[in-house]
Amino acid sequence: MSSLTVHSDPAGAARLRTIPGGAVAFAWREFRDAVSSRWFILYTIAFAVLAMATSFMSLSGVGAHGFAGFGRTTAGLLNLIMLIVPLMALVAGAGSIAGERERGTLLYLLAQPVSRTQVFLGKYAGLALALTCSLCVGFGASALVLAWRVGGVGIGIYTVLVGFTCAVALSMLAVGMLISVLSRRTGVATGIALFVWLSLVFVSDLGLMAGSVLFKLHVQELFGLGVANPLQAFKMGVIVNMNGSLDVLGPAGVYASRTLGDALVWLVSGIIAAWTAVPLAIGAICFSRKSTI
Amino acid sequence: MIEAQGIAKRFGRVTAVDDVSFRLDRGQAMALWGSNGAGKTTLIRCLLGVIRFRGRASIAGHDVMRHGRRTRSLVGYVPQELAFHDDARLGPSILFFANLRRVDRRTAVDSLAKVGLQGHERKRVRDLSGGMKQRLALAIALLSDPPVIILDEPTSNLDAAGRGEVMQTLQRLKHEGKTLLFASHRPDEVITLADRVIVMERGRALLDTTPTELWPTESGVQLIRLHLNMASEQHAAAVLRDAGHAVHLNGRGLCVAVARDRKAAPIHTLARASIEVRDIEIVEDVVIPEARR
Repeated sequence: MSSLTVHSDPAGAARLRTIPGGAVAFAWREFRDAVSSRWFILYTIAFAVLAMATSFMSLSGVGAHGFAGFGRTTAGLLNLIMLIVPLMALVAGAGSIAGERERGTLLYLLAQPVSRTQVFLGKYAGLALALTCSLCVGFGASALVLAWRVGGVGIGIYTVLVGFTCAVALSMLAVGMLISVLSRRTGVATGIALFVWLSLVFVSDLGLMAGSVLFKLHVQELFGLGVANPLQAFKMGVIVNMNGSLDVLGPAGVYASRTLGDALVWLVSGIIAAWTAVPLAIGAICFSRKSTI
Repeated sequence: MIEAQGIAKRFGRVTAVDDVSFRLDRGQAMALWGSNGAGKTTLIRCLLGVIRFRGRASIAGHDVMRHGRRTRSLVGYVPQELAFHDDARLGPSILFFANLRRVDRRTAVDSLAKVGLQGHERKRVRDLSGGMKQRLALAIALLSDPPVIILDEPTSNLDAAGRGEVMQTLQRLKHEGKTLLFASHRPDEVITLADRVIVMERGRALLDTTPTELWPTESGVQLIRLHLNMASEQHAAAVLRDAGHAVHLNGRGLCVAVARDRKAAPIHTLARASIEVRDIEIVEDVVIPEARR
């Protein structure tokens, strides 16, 4: 095995390999395991194919009319991302710690000179890197279609879309890992992750609609409840960057644009960051304080 | 080197370890002997600092809970069965643990060679035999040349040849001055390796003795299996223990290690307690090394 071969190197015997910290070692291992796993390959292919198909179909009818179709493509991708990316991230996170626990590998890892926080954060970092790579493959494929059909890509807006997508993926990964820490079995963790996904993608929207009718919510309350959902925050962030305002979202969007103005981008970014940091911190604390494996 | 004071661990209503105390000096080897479920594995997990417990445990003066990483860097751990991702390859796996233990690549290669696994680096863990997996676990445990080796029934899944190999390695380590703590229910291993034996049952340390006191070996030792009514096994085990026998319950009868010329003694003991023995089977002759006779 080449990676283990020690070549004849006069200085080699005395020179020790630089050793990364425990968390980095875990991150690298997690990344390697993730990219060689079936779920990663399947999700990457599915996301890439769907992103390409969405781009292709959004541009049909636009022909060679330039960048006008780019906005339509981004809008199409937005809906695709809101469905698929949280699912990918939640399921990946949910399987991480619970999977190790169920296979019996967690005990062996914890018996090494590493802290539980290192294990938790290392696994998060590795999965985050794998997920980002997977998304970049999909976005790269979509960009190729755009470049072929339109002759170019609105780099700025596209970069913002990729950035927001990666951010929301990392937040959902953190939620998934929190679920994983609190669940004893992978099946239970995956089930809870699917329930959370369903709640964030469908139930919260329906709940808002029902709530606005039943409780006669004011527009600011409607906006406040909507933006608390990280997926809605993601959607608002991308739309604001594309259009400069949230007017397309109706009265709540108009209210947000007029009240918050430029601060809206910071607000939605902060909400997504909070959805990453808070579950990650709670997950790390719960994992460190667990009295059993 | 290892000090345990009043270690206790409960899982809900079940007391897994109940007020166990001992002290193991540098270079000594100690066996934890007892039936399945006696608390050996839980005690080992407490000593590794991977689960929380009441009481205090320290290795080389470092508290295992407060300085978990430090203490685990002084310990090589060999589990009952190596728990790895089945898809993982042997080479990258040992490099991962080398990173965690801050040793260089050359040491990892040497460690594999020491246990006879050189040339198998590209094999996946699922393709390794039980013996090879256990040798890999030993190689990982010895990576950083730790002064303490803790083993949890290291030979329970091995055939006779595999057991012999592992025992040879452990004897070599003992001669090198390592401190060994191991769980076992094989009298030959205990007699061959241990300076002291702690007999455990239902979480308690019933006896802290030496192998020669537990099994006077002038005439040799045989492991016999007594077949009783299932309902009376626990009671029979308690009666035999009270009479000074080393008993091991494993779900397939009641195993007793006895002097070769005293095989009837446990049957008489049980008869006095009105416990009927349905059948008796000689499991094996316990091979005792010349040096221990």
